[in-house]
Amino acid sequence: MQSKPSALKILDVASVLALAVAIYLALIYAPEEATMGQVQRVFYFHIATAWVGMLGFVAAAVAGIAYLRTQNPKWDIAEVAAVEISAVFFFITIVLGSIWARPIWNTWWTWDPRLTTAAITELIYVAYFMLREGVEDPDRRARFGAVYTLIGSLSVPITFFSIRLFRTIHPVVIGSADPSATGTFAMVPGMQVAFFFALFAFTVIFIDLFWNRIRMGQLAAKVEQLKLNLMH
Amino acid sequence: MAATVHYPTTNASFLKATLAVTWKDLAAEFRSRELFSAMLVFSLLVILIFNFALELDIATRQTVTAGVLWVTFAFAGTLGLNRSMAVEKDRGCLDGLLLAPVDRAAIYFGKVISNLVFMLIVEAIVVPVYSFLYNVNLFNAGLLLVILLGSIGYIAVGTLLASMAIQARTRDVLLPILLFPVVVPVLIAAVKASEGFLTGSDFSTIYSPLSLLIGYDVIFIAIAFMVFDYVVEE
Amino acid sequence: MITVQKLVKRFGMKTVLRGLDFEVQPGEFVAILGPNGAGKTTFLRILSSLSRPSLGAVSVAGYRLPDQAASVRARLGVVSHLPLLYGDLTAEENLRFFGRMYGISNIDSRITEVLEMIGLASRRRDLVRTFSRGMQQRLAIGRAVFHDPEVMLFDEPYTGLDQDASAMLDDVLRSVAAQGRTVVMTSHDLMRAEELATRFDILSRGMITASATRKGLGRSNLLTFYKKALAS
Repeated sequence: MQSKPSALKILDVASVLALAVAIYLALIYAPEEATMGQVQRVFYFHIATAWVGMLGFVAAAVAGIAYLRTQNPKWDIAEVAAVEISAVFFFITIVLGSIWARPIWNTWWTWDPRLTTAAITELIYVAYFMLREGVEDPDRRARFGAVYTLIGSLSVPITFFSIRLFRTIHPVVIGSADPSATGTFAMVPGMQVAFFFALFAFTVIFIDLFWNRIRMGQLAAKVEQLKLNLMH
Repeated sequence: MAATVHYPTTNASFLKATLAVTWKDLAAEFRSRELFSAMLVFSLLVILIFNFALELDIATRQTVTAGVLWVTFAFAGTLGLNRSMAVEKDRGCLDGLLLAPVDRAAIYFGKVISNLVFMLIVEAIVVPVYSFLYNVNLFNAGLLLVILLGSIGYIAVGTLLASMAIQARTRDVLLPILLFPVVVPVLIAAVKASEGFLTGSDFSTIYSPLSLLIGYDVIFIAIAFMVFDYVVEE
Repeated sequence: MITVQKLVKRFGMKTVLRGLDFEVQPGEFVAILGPNGAGKTTFLRILSSLSRPSLGAVSVAGYRLPDQAASVRARLGVVSHLPLLYGDLTAEENLRFFGRMYGISNIDSRITEVLEMIGLASRRRDLVRTFSRGMQQRLAIGRAVFHDPEVMLFDEPYTGLDQDASAMLDDVLRSVAAQGRTVVMTSHDLMRAEELATRFDILSRGMITASATRKGLGRSNLLTFYKKALAS
């Protein structure tokens, strides 16, 4: 696997195009929202990046379980890729959430269950990388990563529900269906197009990034192997 | 000395091995009391610091009691977990445990029980002290139940993560970083249920967080049981 | 009693044991000698079931590793350079603990027996952290011998011992071996190995490169044999 497979190259181009179209749809095509104004457009990307974050989260969990069952390093490479992508995209989600929150509620942060769970997930990711960083043996590092991924992927959904159920001071605000919560809006067809296309575009971007990152991981492993071969 | 070689008459049963590990931890700690005194002193200091950091009037105290208690337990817990696993790592004792012809999970459960005992003893002292210092009645069966269930969940996950953390270079700081984000549901549910019991709320409001605690405990004990092998074997 | 065929052990991409072959008959006392980093400790860890082989077949006392590891462990006694003892417990409590872990039924009498054998009967109720290194090592042997294992593995047992302690260890090792057990010992100390072992294997760069029985060496010096084996 010396040069990029053509399918991947096509995907790279497709991702960029999809992103461009999504941006157009969100910023220009979709109608302006009555109450919140232009800042509401952030919503399209906020949800889309959260969606990618979740895709990565699930991919990491699957890869972790697969690694524990097969001990095949390729699952470890996939797991690291998934966690990295999820970490980046959840971070963007949080930032976009802040950008939205500031003008609407005059606050940088809302303890909305979804946002809070995203933040906790970020902390789990940081812990994940610190754990891996501290382990020398590659097999052990992969095993520990997989175990922690498993624990994290079980804990996060429970965290989400516990915040939602028990932290009544902080209701779901962003884009919630509850008409009494500030920050909700009804989506007219123009918005729906932008919204669903953004989800689609970011899914394509996720697959593209994931594939690329796995490839990078495989190449890095190859370099390590070559280095070791040279030493003997 | 007989020249014949004979084999052990029975293989240690899972339960016997688990209890042997627990007994070993408790006996060793009873002698040195290092772990226990560290946890206890730390907890009392935290309670004291809360007193100075938060000027609590009587009304506010009622609402934050559950939170203050659980923050204290969460932090003191990591001390105990770290120490308990460090003993095994430092003198290579973990190998000694792994050489025994017992299921690895017996080592896990043995440690969970002993860690839980340490944590419960500390809590058993902290709760009356808090009660005394702040004139809040904490002798509430429901509260004690929540403390038990919450501690079980915390220790179940904590023991597993501590087994990983001590094998890493950054071992001391790593455990809280690994543990706290993952143990958030326990804190949320435990505080909610504790508040419920303390304020004498209707059981229907307490039922939900309580069942979440139980669910968490069951799920994570099961997971740890399945996964512990991967954490200790090479 | 021990059969090893084409054993390979890799840590990530680093190969430490490269297709090692090894065989020990019941009752033999084999000393494995070799330079640092040759893989002696790794090899012993695999034989003791603490580490899994990457490739190859290993069987100890008639049971395969790693599948039948529990059966192997019941028949195996291991002494490493770390004492594997609990400092805050007494000698008696340490032995009692391990007795329980191995499912020994007549623990009390066995404790007395073993303490006599290793010469620590008078220190029965003393905390292990008050023991000298030599005494700890003897107690470690007591622990290893407690369940009457057929096979014993010693990894650098003389590390950190002074003359007197080493001499005491010699006696204990000799009596242990005289009980019909199969012993494999790794050592830096050629002199001691020469006195105790019936066979000498050289482990160099991940493989057994030379082997000689005591009879085979005849008058020639173990040191000469060792140097020659490493030079080739």
